[in-house]
Amino acid sequence: MARHEHRVVSLALAAALFAGSAAAEVRIAFIDPLSGGGAATGILAQKTHQFYIDTINAAGGINGEKIELMSFDNKVNPQESLIQLKKAIDEGARYVVQGNGSAVALAITEAVLKHNERNPGKEVLFFNYAAVDPDLTNDKCNFWHFRFDADADMKMAAMTSVIAKDNRIKRVYLINQDYSFGKAVAAAATKMLGEKRPDIKIVGDELHPLQKVQDFSPYVAKIKASGADTVITGNWSNDMVLLIKAGKDAGLKVNWETYYGGTAGSVTAIGEAGVDTLKQVSEWHKNATPELDATVAAFDKRYPGKENEYSYWRAKTMWEMFAAAAKKAQSNDPVKVARAIEGMKMQTSLGEVEMRADNHQILQPLYVSTLAKAPKYDVEGSGLGWKSDAKVEGKDTALATSCKMERPR
Amino acid sequence: MLELATFSLLNGIVYGLLLFMLTSGLTLIFSMMGVLNFAHASVFMLGAYLSYQVGLWVGFWPALVIAPLLCGLVGAGIERYGLRYVHKSGHVAEILFTFGLSYLIEELVTMIWGRNAVANNVPAAVDFPLFTLFGSTFPAYKGLMMVISVSMLVFLWLALKRTRMGLVIQAALSHPSMASALGHDVPGVFMLVFAIGSGLAGLAGVIGGFMLLTQPTLAHAVGPIVFVIVVVGGLGSLAGAFIASMLIGILQTFAVAIDYSLVDLLRALGFVITRSTPSYEFLSIKVATVAPTVPYLLLVLFLIVRPRGFLGKRDV
Repeated sequence: MARHEHRVVSLALAAALFAGSAAAEVRIAFIDPLSGGGAATGILAQKTHQFYIDTINAAGGINGEKIELMSFDNKVNPQESLIQLKKAIDEGARYVVQGNGSAVALAITEAVLKHNERNPGKEVLFFNYAAVDPDLTNDKCNFWHFRFDADADMKMAAMTSVIAKDNRIKRVYLINQDYSFGKAVAAAATKMLGEKRPDIKIVGDELHPLQKVQDFSPYVAKIKASGADTVITGNWSNDMVLLIKAGKDAGLKVNWETYYGGTAGSVTAIGEAGVDTLKQVSEWHKNATPELDATVAAFDKRYPGKENEYSYWRAKTMWEMFAAAAKKAQSNDPVKVARAIEGMKMQTSLGEVEMRADNHQILQPLYVSTLAKAPKYDVEGSGLGWKSDAKVEGKDTALATSCKMERPR
Repeated sequence: MLELATFSLLNGIVYGLLLFMLTSGLTLIFSMMGVLNFAHASVFMLGAYLSYQVGLWVGFWPALVIAPLLCGLVGAGIERYGLRYVHKSGHVAEILFTFGLSYLIEELVTMIWGRNAVANNVPAAVDFPLFTLFGSTFPAYKGLMMVISVSMLVFLWLALKRTRMGLVIQAALSHPSMASALGHDVPGVFMLVFAIGSGLAGLAGVIGGFMLLTQPTLAHAVGPIVFVIVVVGGLGSLAGAFIASMLIGILQTFAVAIDYSLVDLLRALGFVITRSTPSYEFLSIKVATVAPTVPYLLLVLFLIVRPRGFLGKRDV
């Protein structure tokens, strides 16, 4: 009797599973932190992706098929990510989206490459929207990986081009997180400042453990003692906010040249003390265009509240490019879509974007912006917001690559 | 150099005192009840959130009093309706109970205040430079924190050693049935101790909340270091916890200031070290880079050499 019930249940399950795969849909696996330390950024990204996917679906999907976003929690851990990737592929995902942590992205890109070599006809594409270790589109590049964020070197090139013009900057202090990305930032800063402004002295090159430091006061005391007038940092999340908070407490007066000064909480933490001194490099900020973009306004309306502060413009670019490529390929097959995305150019409200064919790195306009009082659109309801200092057009962000990728067939 | 040394010492003392604020309640509960409270850091986090919320309604100074009292109430509730039942099943059950509780509190906090950090900024009342030294300012709230931390130490010591209440508490612990036979409410004493311990965690949370980041991962961020201090100071020793906090605070801060690596040491001893020397990568790591791991190195060292910590009466 019991066995019989089992059989009925498994039959019903199988039927349900088949019914699921019979409905035509493109499955996208989103693998990022949804619990623990990185959850805040992971969940915000999840909402942003879902938002743009819903937009595509509302317009009829791609080639008549709807997109389904499946979420997998990797806890920012490379090993965990590989388990989740396996699970995602087993559940029929042919596209993977990930962004938090370059160590995770490196693990996924290698696993995807292996999977695609062993399973011809079942290839998987990897869309990276935020992991910026330059290696991913250089020595570790492959045909299946596409990056929609500017890499650490490209951002540094934009940042240093602005620094180069500022003659008040004489002594620079580098403080970064002790892992591949932080080291890449430090190396790029040293190299590019050396080329553009050999007179600038690098008075400190600090690495601290990733997301482990609670009190940055000792580091600030060191920065102060070095006599630096500018601090360059790739810190993100807590490491960014706590660093800037400690600096404010000690009355440290420096220019903060950051990658992620726009991280949730940073502006609130530094407050007025950051006006004219906190700078960031990003592909977008609220005041980049005279009027707020319509999709951003729609996003704000759908997800109100401080913790949903819109910050992934590149997700918009990514999904629009994906939809355009699928249309061009007249297929949702990953290999065909990949060939269509390669070298694709697209006009956006900020300027032209291009997916480089040689290393699959997007070229998009980059903005260097400074925190200012009473801008048109503020962040986190603080009354403070970003104002552009300089814009670098997409094609000007391109750097040489060492990528040699093998293309299928 | 003098400037950096002065600041390192000052920052070290501040950090040490913060650590002591965090651990005093835990140590009190452990020394009095033998319960290793894994939810202690969570109560600390709850204190940060409550003070933020209460502060929005009635301002900072009342919140400084109300939030710890609320945490004390929460603590009393935990003891009365949770731990008291679990206590019969021994220490493992108690630890598992508090461990589970820490997850519960984290989820609760996430549900109420969200996943991102709340804007728990330094209250205007204590947001001014206390003094300026070598051009760097010292914020007033850090001064307040130092005062609170030292008062905690004095208060606890006096309460336990110099009052009748303290005598009853100590008696209830070492000889519960005798104390009970003499007419003292032993379960009540336990509840009170747990409430005070939780209240102290809450008080630490009020200050820690705006010094660190008030977000659901706060408990996880400070949890490990708390246990390091308890072990290094000696399980259940208040004075030991104080010494360990100061030692770790100052050691860690000075380590950040040291830009030398093993390579420099070996070179000073006359060895020839080049990039091709085996394990150069390891040898060239600067002391400053590993500074935040210093407490954990100390933990391992103590577990090997002196498992009872500085002033502990028994091994871990």
